[in-house]
Amino acid sequence: MSNDGKVDCSRRRLLVATATIGGLGGVAAAVPFVASMMPSERAKAAGAPVEVDISKLAPGQMMTVEWRGKPVWIINRTPEQLASLKTTDAKVSDPNSDKKQQPDYCKNETRSIKPNILVAVGICTHLGCSPSEKFKTGADSGVAPDWAGGFVCPCHGSTFDLAGRVYKSKPAPDNLEVPPHMYLGDARIVIGEDKGVKA
Amino acid sequence: MSAVNTKLKDLLGWVDERFPLTSNWKAHLSEYYAPKNFNFWYFFGSLALLVLVIQIVTGIFLVMHFKPDASLNAAGVPVAFASVEYIMRDVPWGWLIRYMHSTGASAFFIVVYMHMFRGMLYGSYRKPRELIWIFGMLIFLCLMAEAFFGYLLPWGQMSYWGAQVIVNLFSAIPFVGPDLSLWIRGDYVVGDATLNRFFAFHVIAVPLVLVGLVVAHILALHEVGSNNPDGIEIKKKKDAKGIPLDGIPFHPYYTVKDIMGVVVFLMVFSLIVFFAPEVGGYFLEYNNFFPANPMQTPPHIAPVWYFTPFYSILRAVTYPLFGIDAKFWGVVAMGASAMIFVLLPWLDRSPAKSIRYRGPIYKTFLAAFVISFFVLGYLGVLPPTPVRTLVSQICSVIYFAFFLLMPIYSSIDKCKPEPDRVTSSGHGVKK
Repeated sequence: MSNDGKVDCSRRRLLVATATIGGLGGVAAAVPFVASMMPSERAKAAGAPVEVDISKLAPGQMMTVEWRGKPVWIINRTPEQLASLKTTDAKVSDPNSDKKQQPDYCKNETRSIKPNILVAVGICTHLGCSPSEKFKTGADSGVAPDWAGGFVCPCHGSTFDLAGRVYKSKPAPDNLEVPPHMYLGDARIVIGEDKGVKA
Repeated sequence: MSAVNTKLKDLLGWVDERFPLTSNWKAHLSEYYAPKNFNFWYFFGSLALLVLVIQIVTGIFLVMHFKPDASLNAAGVPVAFASVEYIMRDVPWGWLIRYMHSTGASAFFIVVYMHMFRGMLYGSYRKPRELIWIFGMLIFLCLMAEAFFGYLLPWGQMSYWGAQVIVNLFSAIPFVGPDLSLWIRGDYVVGDATLNRFFAFHVIAVPLVLVGLVVAHILALHEVGSNNPDGIEIKKKKDAKGIPLDGIPFHPYYTVKDIMGVVVFLMVFSLIVFFAPEVGGYFLEYNNFFPANPMQTPPHIAPVWYFTPFYSILRAVTYPLFGIDAKFWGVVAMGASAMIFVLLPWLDRSPAKSIRYRGPIYKTFLAAFVISFFVLGYLGVLPPTPVRTLVSQICSVIYFAFFLLMPIYSSIDKCKPEPDRVTSSGHGVKK
C-alpha cells in the first residue's frame, strides 16, 4: 500500500468519503426504527370526542369519564365551593389562569363555561398521577386546617383548588388542564370538541 | 484410567489449538491473582453475577407464559395482568419461578448496593480502576432500566402509575420533553404500545447491553487487578516469578470462598421466596394486585424500595430556578443523585484509598451520606408531609455535599500512612 511512507492523498480522500457516506447511510437506516416508536396511525385516530349526560350530577358531586385514555372530571360546584375560589386566589400560583391550560372561553374566575360546572383533565401537571378529591374543608379533610376543598395528588403532594388551580410551592407547575368542550343543550357535554362555541 | 486421561489431554490440546480455552481459564481463574485479604464485602460481586443468572433463567421461563397485552379479556381483566395470575395459579411451579424473579429483582439491588458501598469503603474506584467503576455505574443504570421496564409488565395499578410518573419525568426536559415522553410511550397515554415496547426492552435490549457491560466490567478488573480492604496495590510487591506476594489464585481460593457466600445467600433468598415473597409490601406492592386502572391513581403510590432514595430527592425539589419549573430541577436532581457516583474517581483527592487509613472528616461525611441515603429511602415510601419534605430536603443537601465537597475535605483530611503489604495474616498461601 504505502509508497516510501508517503500517504496517497487521493486514496485517503476516497476512504474518508466512503466512510462518511456509509455513516450517513447508517444514520438514515436508524430513522425508520426510531420513527416506528411514535404513536401509530391507529393510536392517532383514537380519541374521538366523548358525550356525557350530566343531568344527574347533583351540586357537590363529581363524575369521571374517560377521554383519550385519561380521566376527565366533571364537578358540579356548590355556591360555597365557588365562593372558596376567592379565598384561594392568593394561595395559588396562577390565579388568573394566564398559562394556556384551558381554552380561551374558560379563562375566567371559575375556569369553566357555566360557573358551577368544572370540566378538567384529572391528571396532575407534575408527573401525571390522578389527584384524589378532598372536598371536605378544614381539618376534617386531613390536608390542612385551612383547607378550602380541592384535590391532592397522592404521588408528590401537589394540591389544587376547586377550579383545578395549583397551589404555590408545590411540585406541579401548572393548573389542571381544561379540555376543549361544549354544551349540547343544558345537560349534555361533549368533551374534546368545541366547534361553534367561541370565547 | 491413564488412557482416559491421555485422551482428555489430547482433546484439550485439540481445542486449545483452535480456541484459547486453557489460556483464558488461567488468565481469569487459576492464575488470576487476587489479594489474599478479601473480607465479607467481597462476596457481593460474585453474588451479583449469581442473581443475574437467576434473573435470566427465571425470566426465560416466565416469557413462555406471559402475554404483553393491555386489552381486556372476556372477563374484563387486562390480558397481561391475567397472564401473571395464570402463571401464579395454573402454570406448574409458575408461582416459584415468578417469586424467584420478583425476589431476584430486590436481591439484585441489595447485592449491588453492597457492592457499590464496598467500592466506596475501600476506594476501589480510584486510579487505575476508573473504567471498572464507570462500567459498574452503567450496569447500575441498566439495572434500574430493567427494574423499571419489568415493573410495568404485570400491568397492575402500581405498574401503570409508576410508569406514568417515570415516563412523565422526561416531559420535564425543556423543548423536547413532551415529544420525548410521547415517543417513549408510543401513545398519548401509557397503553398497549407502551407495554409491548417495555416488554421488548426488558427481555431483549437491556439484558444484552447488561451482559456486555458485565463482561467489560470483569475484563477491566482482570486487566488492572482487584483492589483490597487495605487499598494498596499488591502488584507493587512481586516474587521472582512475577506473582504478587500478597496474591492468591482466584481458583480455587476465592471460588471456594464465594461458594460459601452463595450458600448463605441462597438460604436467605429461599426463606424470602418460600415464606415472605412480598416482604410486607416492599418487594411486591399490594396495590399491584389490582389491575391497572387509568381512571384512578391509588391513594398512596410509592416506587419499589430500591428507587425510594432517588424518588425522595425528586420530591424534595419544590423551588423553581432560573425561570424553569421545579419539576425540571427535581428530575435533574434525581438523575444527578443516581449518576453522581461516576465522578467519584475524580472527586476523591485523599492520599489513602481505604477507609482504614482515611481521616475523621471523610469518615464523618461518609456516615452522614449513608444515614441520609437511608432516611431518604425511608421517606420515599411514605406520603409527603411538610415536615417530611423538609427532612428530605436536608438529607438531599447532605447527599450532594458528600460528593461535591469531596475535593476539599478529602484533601485536607488527616490520613494514616498506608502499609507496604496487606495486613491480613490469615488464609494466604505460604510463599
